[in-house]
Amino acid sequence: MIWTLVLVPGIAGFLAFLLRSDRPRRILLLAAALAHAVLTAVVCLEGPQGLPGDWLRLDELGVLFLPLTSALFLAAAWYGVDYLAHEVHGPQRDPEEGALFSNEPEAIFIGCLLFFLTTMTLVILSQHFGLLWVSVEATTLVSAPLIYFHRHHRSLEATWKYLLVCSVGIALALLGTFLLALAASRPGCEHVPLLVQRLMDDAGGLRAEWLKVAFVFFLIGYGTKMGLAPLHTWLPDAHSEAPSVVSALLSGALLNCAFLGILRVQQVCVAAGEGAFGRDLLVLFGLLSMGLAAVFILRQPDFKRLLAYSSVEHMGIMALGVGLGGVSAFGAFLHALNHSLTKGMLFLIAGNILVLYRTKAVADVRGVWRVLPVSGALWMLGFLALTGSPPFGPFLSEFTILKGALEQGRGAVAVAYLFFLALAFVGMASAILPMAQGAPREFSEKPSGERLGSIVPPALLGAFVLMLGVYVPEQLQTAIQTAARAVGGP
Amino acid sequence: MMDVLLVLLALTNLALLGSSRLGACINTVALQGVLLALLSLFAPTGECSLRLVVLSIGMLVLKAFVCPWLLRRALRGARVSREIEPFIGYTASLMIGLLALGLSFWLSERFPRLRPDLSPLVLPVALATVFSGLFLIVSRRKALTQALGYLVMENGIFAIGVALSQELSFLVELGVLLDVFFAVFVMGITLFHIQREFDHIDADRLSSLKDWSGRFPKMAFDSETKILREGHE
Repeated sequence: MIWTLVLVPGIAGFLAFLLRSDRPRRILLLAAALAHAVLTAVVCLEGPQGLPGDWLRLDELGVLFLPLTSALFLAAAWYGVDYLAHEVHGPQRDPEEGALFSNEPEAIFIGCLLFFLTTMTLVILSQHFGLLWVSVEATTLVSAPLIYFHRHHRSLEATWKYLLVCSVGIALALLGTFLLALAASRPGCEHVPLLVQRLMDDAGGLRAEWLKVAFVFFLIGYGTKMGLAPLHTWLPDAHSEAPSVVSALLSGALLNCAFLGILRVQQVCVAAGEGAFGRDLLVLFGLLSMGLAAVFILRQPDFKRLLAYSSVEHMGIMALGVGLGGVSAFGAFLHALNHSLTKGMLFLIAGNILVLYRTKAVADVRGVWRVLPVSGALWMLGFLALTGSPPFGPFLSEFTILKGALEQGRGAVAVAYLFFLALAFVGMASAILPMAQGAPREFSEKPSGERLGSIVPPALLGAFVLMLGVYVPEQLQTAIQTAARAVGGP
Repeated sequence: MMDVLLVLLALTNLALLGSSRLGACINTVALQGVLLALLSLFAPTGECSLRLVVLSIGMLVLKAFVCPWLLRRALRGARVSREIEPFIGYTASLMIGLLALGLSFWLSERFPRLRPDLSPLVLPVALATVFSGLFLIVSRRKALTQALGYLVMENGIFAIGVALSQELSFLVELGVLLDVFFAVFVMGITLFHIQREFDHIDADRLSSLKDWSGRFPKMAFDSETKILREGHE
């Protein structure tokens, strides 16, 4: 059953390249996203399951991340179809520098979007470390053309950085994979296949010192892709230059997939009794990411970069949560859900603002609330949610992580955590509040009303975030607890 | 036989570090592809399985012919044929390359020797190849050289896999090979766009996106100096 999850978007991706006209291709995108979501729902209700040979399996982590990715993709596809239908065709002026540029052919864009979904699904399902590597690298390659949708020199620069930094980073993860194989090997013995479950069953026979070295390489490799500071350099550029639909997917879905790569190794480390080593490193990188992101969030003049740095911050929070373990690991998984939904919503709204104001400068955007009432309201609510204000989901998850830190008596970590959260709050508030309020500038053409396709998908994501803050369903709680236990939680 | 291949591999690394001509660099990387294909064919002793032959041929075709061809095609439109003023000069680069080789020998002492029958040179040379690739990426200006650096690094990691005699599995290795090929394919296309858009392929001039310009953020006194400067002009 689960192979259909990979196959459906994959075939749709090939079809997208073959179709000649735009309309059927957009319908294909929506249909594939919907089919993926339905299949995901069916598979998740059936519970954990695998293919014979166990290379692909929906495990306790996958049950959490797969529906998240699928739902976010569905929202992005809906928004994207509407966006593409109203995007200018042919050459247009670059609002920032005045030069002419045109967009990528839609066939490439939609085809790569669908392949992106395929490869991300493969990352979530793969249980073999080699296959995991192949699919993570594949996500980089199929998403590079997505960043280069607006064909001008800034997006080209972002694409090149993304390709090179991530490819080199992920190449280090391949080295980590070889080292993991070395840790698993015994002289004169058959090769142990690099399946997560097999390694965990065999954990007693792993060589601890090589396992640690492998973990470091995995952390650096997949950490580059996940955007942990100081390896995050590609992230703000790619997120700010890509079209907003793609930014939402990169931030909400792709970063989680990279995190999953690290979590899988951590699972093996925990089983081998070396969990503490990985946890300390995760705490360190988590705090570093939060601190560095907070510094760049303060006085950030570009609102899409602002959201991108906030992604670095939240990845840091997740790494910290898993690193602390216990209750915090529960908080970290809940936070992964909250962050993806909130950030997806905010990037989509940022797209609406960008389309109308034609600038990414915070200083040039005023009065969103008045010109785009729904987007403005969602923008404000999204800001409140993202910075961890009650009653939204991130408040609950960030609070849980704090509680875990205090329970373990790690006061210094808790203080640093709160300090960085406060810094980020101040930075976000000083950029986003003035954007929403104030008097809008004069527009050369009268802004038309907001289209349903551009506000309903982010509003739905926002509704989920609100729901997670007020009420976490029983089943979801159990799923998160199981996932947290898998990486060494309570 | 193995030792000859490995010494040649080490020499190609040094040649890459010391050469300024982009065309020659591409050829050297192609030669590395041939060496690696031979290495992967001869390293595992015992039976010569079909799986091994298929992988070696795949590697030969992709790494020695297709990837260099893609990169050369990306280069054709550009008028540049030389790396101009690298961040670190060629002599210094060669020195660093030799140092990396020494470091690799020291590092490989610390690895367990799983295959006593394998040449003791494999691991150090493989490590040195990874280091050379990384060094090329950070020390050169041309985006093309950075792509070459990525390819060299990937070669090195593959050689480490051979040295540790860790076969992932046939499908995965095929997947890795395909991924590397597609990476170079996408990089080639991006390179083509870069040189068309900018009329150069200098990666260090790709610098309009950044948050930290190396200076401190604008302070209150900046506006004063600006007024002063404007008055002066």
